[in-house]
Amino acid sequence: MAVTEQEILAGLGKIVNEITGIPASEVTPEKSFVDDLDIDSLSMVEIAVAAQDEFGAEIPDDQLKHLKTVKDVINFIQN
Amino acid sequence: MSTNRVRVVVTGLGTTTPLGGDVASTWAALLDGRSGIRTLTEDWVDTVPAKFAGVAAVDPGEVLPRPEARRLDRYEQFALIAARQAWQDAGAPEVEPTRLGVVVGSGIGGINTILQAYDTYREKGWNRLSPYTVPMLMPNGAAGWISIDLGAQAGTHAAVSACATGAESIGQAIEMIRSGRADVVVAGGSEAAIHPLNMASFAAMRAMSTRNDEPHRASRPFDKGRDGFVLGEGAGIIVLESEAHAKARGAKIYAVAAGVGITSDGHHISAPEPSGIGGKTAMLTAIADAGISAADVRHVNAHATSTPVGDEIEARAIREALTGSPLVTSTKSMTGHLLGGAGGIESVFTILALSERIVPATANLDDPADGLDVDIVRGEPRKLPDGQLAAINNSFGFGGHNVAVAFTTA
Repeated sequence: MAVTEQEILAGLGKIVNEITGIPASEVTPEKSFVDDLDIDSLSMVEIAVAAQDEFGAEIPDDQLKHLKTVKDVINFIQN
Repeated sequence: MSTNRVRVVVTGLGTTTPLGGDVASTWAALLDGRSGIRTLTEDWVDTVPAKFAGVAAVDPGEVLPRPEARRLDRYEQFALIAARQAWQDAGAPEVEPTRLGVVVGSGIGGINTILQAYDTYREKGWNRLSPYTVPMLMPNGAAGWISIDLGAQAGTHAAVSACATGAESIGQAIEMIRSGRADVVVAGGSEAAIHPLNMASFAAMRAMSTRNDEPHRASRPFDKGRDGFVLGEGAGIIVLESEAHAKARGAKIYAVAAGVGITSDGHHISAPEPSGIGGKTAMLTAIADAGISAADVRHVNAHATSTPVGDEIEARAIREALTGSPLVTSTKSMTGHLLGGAGGIESVFTILALSERIVPATANLDDPADGLDVDIVRGEPRKLPDGQLAAINNSFGFGGHNVAVAFTTA
């Protein structure tokens, strides 16, 4: 069974909190990682690798740069 | 020597050491004569001859938020903690970013990161490495992070001169302010090298004490029974400031960072040059640079690491260079040897000795080596006299580095 959007969002919230200290509650779909959450490119790499481990969906480097918002990552993992 | 040269003062102190997580707890432990050395319990301890070290009294993971700690090597964690303490102690000075500098080094750098990352790379592949691996392993990483923390833009430097690193950093900071490049500089050294590879490599040089049955008595500078140094970890960082800048903002001034002397032995990669001329000349140069006389120096925080050869050579250098019968101590007897951090914490101790006019005793000095002929403080701390005084922190390092920093009372 595919994971739900809510499950991915909760998982991403935990990952972002672990890596950056940003409260998981602030990790909402419309947020931009760079502009809203102030996450730098190195931390984005950490988040992507952790998300791969958590959800089993590999995020290639050339795709990562297109994933601007939390919703973008959720969509990528679901597809 | 220019008479209108900028005077540099010390306005903030920060340390995290095997004796305490801050300056006050470390200094109290030193005056009490407590040892920060303990038996190690890691499973690798059976593989190395020296099974004890001066582990930081407060783990940096307890101080730093986890997201910050995970992107820093342990040596960077110590440095950032000590730098923040020093900055707060200085009253978080308001200074133009372009007038604020950083000089913080490490003897070895992020070696824990290097070794762990290599394991990760071999076992799991390149894409499992933290993207922070490079900033964590580089020896200028601590200086870089401190500059980010404080927004320092006047230049960030990382001296690397083994066990002279901390003192050399402070020397460079003095020069940086004198030359007009900065008004305020955060300077010192940090080390986190309690790893089996380092313990084994120093053992391969036969440089470490193996007094495994009495770890707290193993670091015994100047004592006949000394058999090598004891590894410690932590950081010591100070805030240096032009006197004009400090006075304009009404800062508390601990001491004047009056002069620095730097020489190199050009002799052997690890053994000190036997006559001690390098250390002696460093002290004399620091005195001349400070515009004081050899008789003004009433206290020396010696490099004395508890190795059989080095301590006696340094004692002779002190005897030949300084004519004011200075009270000599080696605080490494209690902290162990923090390598690149040594000159940082020992400058803090030298400054406190001057400002509080008391010199901690050298622990474990039961039976002084023959012919030292210097006044080493034993048993109990001793008071320094009133009036204008000077003190020197000596730091020497593998590679033949000799650094003496002269401080005078505020």
